[in-house]
Amino acid sequence: MSDLSIRSLSKAFGGVRAVNEVSFEVKRGEFLAMIGPNGAGKSTCFNMINGQLAPDSGSIWFEEKNLTGLVPRDIWRLGVGRTFQVTATFGSMTVAENVQMALISHAGETFRLWKPAASRHRERALDLLHQVGMHEAADRPSRELAYGDVKRIELAIALANDPRLLLMDEPTAGMAPRERNDLIALVKRLVVERGISVLFTEHSMDVVFAFADRIIVLARGKLIADGNAKSIRDNPQVREVYFGTGKTFARAGAAT
Amino acid sequence: MSSFLFQALNGLSAASGLFFVAAGLSLIFGVTRIVNIAHGSLYMVGTYIAYSFATVVGGMLGFWGGIIATAIIVGIIGAVIEVLLLRRIYRAPELFQLLATFALVLVINDATLWLWGPEDLLGPRAPGLRGAVEVLGRQLPTYDLFLIFIGPAVLIVLHFALARTRFGRLVRAATQDREMVSALGVNQAVLFTAVFALGSFLSGLGGALQVAREPANLAMDLTVIGDAFVVVVVGGMGSITGAYLAAVLIAEVKALCIAIGVVDFGGFSVNFSKMTLVAEFLVMAVVLIARPYGLLGREQGAVRSVAEPEEPIRPATRGLKLAGVTVLAVLIYMPLIAQDSPYVLVLGVDVLIAVLFAASLHFIMGPGGMHSFGHAAYFGLGAYGTALLVKWLAAPMLLGLAAAPLLALLGALLFGWFAVRLSGVYLAMLTLAFAQIVWAAVFQWEGLTGGSNGVVGVWPTAPFDTRETFYLLTLALAVIGVLLLRRFLFAPFGYAMRAGRDSPLRAEAIGIDVKRVHWLAFAIAGAVCGVGGGIFAFAKGSISPETIGVGRSIDGLVMVLLGGIQTLTGPIVGASVYATLQDTIMRQTEFWRAMLGGIILLLVLAFPSGIVGALAKFAPRRKDQP
Ligand SMILES: Nc1ncnc2c1ncn2[C@@H]1O[C@H](COP(=O)(O)OP(=O)(O)O)[C@@H](O)[C@H]1O
Ligand SMILES: [Mg+2]
Repeated sequence: MSDLSIRSLSKAFGGVRAVNEVSFEVKRGEFLAMIGPNGAGKSTCFNMINGQLAPDSGSIWFEEKNLTGLVPRDIWRLGVGRTFQVTATFGSMTVAENVQMALISHAGETFRLWKPAASRHRERALDLLHQVGMHEAADRPSRELAYGDVKRIELAIALANDPRLLLMDEPTAGMAPRERNDLIALVKRLVVERGISVLFTEHSMDVVFAFADRIIVLARGKLIADGNAKSIRDNPQVREVYFGTGKTFARAGAAT
Repeated sequence: MSSFLFQALNGLSAASGLFFVAAGLSLIFGVTRIVNIAHGSLYMVGTYIAYSFATVVGGMLGFWGGIIATAIIVGIIGAVIEVLLLRRIYRAPELFQLLATFALVLVINDATLWLWGPEDLLGPRAPGLRGAVEVLGRQLPTYDLFLIFIGPAVLIVLHFALARTRFGRLVRAATQDREMVSALGVNQAVLFTAVFALGSFLSGLGGALQVAREPANLAMDLTVIGDAFVVVVVGGMGSITGAYLAAVLIAEVKALCIAIGVVDFGGFSVNFSKMTLVAEFLVMAVVLIARPYGLLGREQGAVRSVAEPEEPIRPATRGLKLAGVTVLAVLIYMPLIAQDSPYVLVLGVDVLIAVLFAASLHFIMGPGGMHSFGHAAYFGLGAYGTALLVKWLAAPMLLGLAAAPLLALLGALLFGWFAVRLSGVYLAMLTLAFAQIVWAAVFQWEGLTGGSNGVVGVWPTAPFDTRETFYLLTLALAVIGVLLLRRFLFAPFGYAMRAGRDSPLRAEAIGIDVKRVHWLAFAIAGAVCGVGGGIFAFAKGSISPETIGVGRSIDGLVMVLLGGIQTLTGPIVGASVYATLQDTIMRQTEFWRAMLGGIILLLVLAFPSGIVGALAKFAPRRKDQP
């Protein structure tokens, strides 16, 4: 069964066709990597799927429901979580409170005016933090954390509403290679346990080839390839996009 | 029909003056990103200087030459202000810039009072344009005709100057992309000063041209800036053509209201000429719903971060709780302690009202990140709600007081609905414009509100008719108000407010309806502030437009900043210190505005994190020492 179905999605900014007639599917429980050079339209795709941007044309279906035209918070309520390329946590809150905020929202308690927030869903928040290995930082202000740690917090927040689909836009951007591998391994373990489908972008080809179930390739807004690691590696069009710039896969990843 | 057309012409001549101020404001904002609230003051000064030229020098030269000279002088004043003050605060948080320019408003107002005195001064009629031409069977003053043409003429000159000259290209480049200017290797300081001078020149010109139409008076600065804000918001920040379109639109709608006059709706007569301000509000509302960044404006980039990063909030420590209980105990026993100096209780009531005002303002400003420059609107609605109920329906005191938060809540719901759709300076300007509208509605609706005389004879009744009991009632309400706000801030709702402020994108992506949360916050703050207004009416026994003016909004901002915006106790400390200062020192001098302006400037330049903020920063460092 397909979980997410993208049909002929397009979006232009002025004259730039950022996403051009893109169609693909994410199957239930699949770990799907979207790759492509900078400016290929990956983030724009993510922003349309989670409702932050309205597509010019095309449609987005999730579990037989049409997401097109819904706002981010409605899409989130349907079970689609996301992390951001540029991290955005709530800087005036502690790490645990960041996760609690998502849990509070998930429980529909946003407009409660009385019982203090700090005591709500604290156990569950600590549990989520434990799973991403951040429980020791629970009571530190989130803005003090190192970059890689913030990415883990983002993951904990994204898991708070028990999503069935997780969108992760460059979850490892700015991390050292070792760290990247660890984070994606962690994500993979968590989502397999929960049966969550994942669509993610990642620049390190080693990571992509090691973990992704399937890979789709975007270049200049168009989907140019769709297949497993081997078929992508051997695809002449993909080779041109990456090797055409005179870089190897690995170096192309490191440069961006 | 001809009366409509005639009023339309009147509207066009009014539009020109409005356009000059708004264009200058917009231009300065576009390049320097500073919203210069003192822009209306430059306009006012323009009218005064032109008056002096026209009467002292006199004749053709004194009038027409005076207008040109005035514009140049005001341009120079603008340049001096830029070099001496604004240059120091380009990198400061937005809120501080707004406050600093407001401090200038106060200083300039007192300087004008000192130089020209408190009387309204009407200049002579324009030499050479004294007559009138017959238009549509009526007499249209030639001078108004001249004004109709001068607006578009200046628009065209500006347009070509911006399109064709090197200076114009730089201005446009800076408006679109700040980084680009430094890349071009332009001396940014010179560009900013020049733009400030040009904007001030336009404002001075606008003011000077009014000299033959309306008397120079000390209230012009805020009336004009209120109108100019509406024009700029409607036209779109940074767009000169937008400013003209909006000026015409608003002036025409007002003229239309006047032309319609009194209309009978089956025995129920409505005087439209008294609805000009409501009409202005409606135009702005409609435009902002359709185009949130104005007719020709563009979406603004991310708003700069608010001062320094904020610490997570923690429940009160034992120490703080103990201190709170102690202070409360002292306050409760105050009537006994201060038996010999009854003035203390009067001051106490003033301070407590200020605390309600500042705490509710801080609620939306700090955790909500919405910098309201018009919080006095809800204070005014509360005060008038109470006073009118008591006056017209002879309501008992507590019922009157209950009306205060209700009316304020309704007002805050209405205005807040628009306000939460904007952010940063747009929000600040819109809230200020709303407050001006409440003020003007109260002022214009004489039949109901008593106009400028206000409502009198609103005295507390038994058992609150003694100084002591009234003080205790006020104390009870203030404590309840502050504790409620605090409770809300620690509840999920308060967290959601901060989430929406810290990262709106993330908040929306975890299911929080940020606008709705902020809207409700706005309403809550309005209602609590309204309680302060209701008590105020009873405390003074009267309420007048003067006491709910923009000055009160700014007092509130100063209190919050004085205490420090990032702490919950800040506004309480700030309000107490400020209200005490106001009741004691500032009452002693006629030029208290200039003094207040001085305090604000000092605050902005020297203590950007407020009293409590400065202490808090100092405290942990001390702890670390062995
Ligand atoms: N808000 C925007 N306005 C204008 N152009 C944009 C905007 N967002 C993205 N683009 C353009 O769309 C293209 C795709 O960008 P993006 O989706 O961010 O690519 P990727 O995430 O693959 O690096 C780029 O050319 C980018 O400049
Ligand atoms: Mg991207």
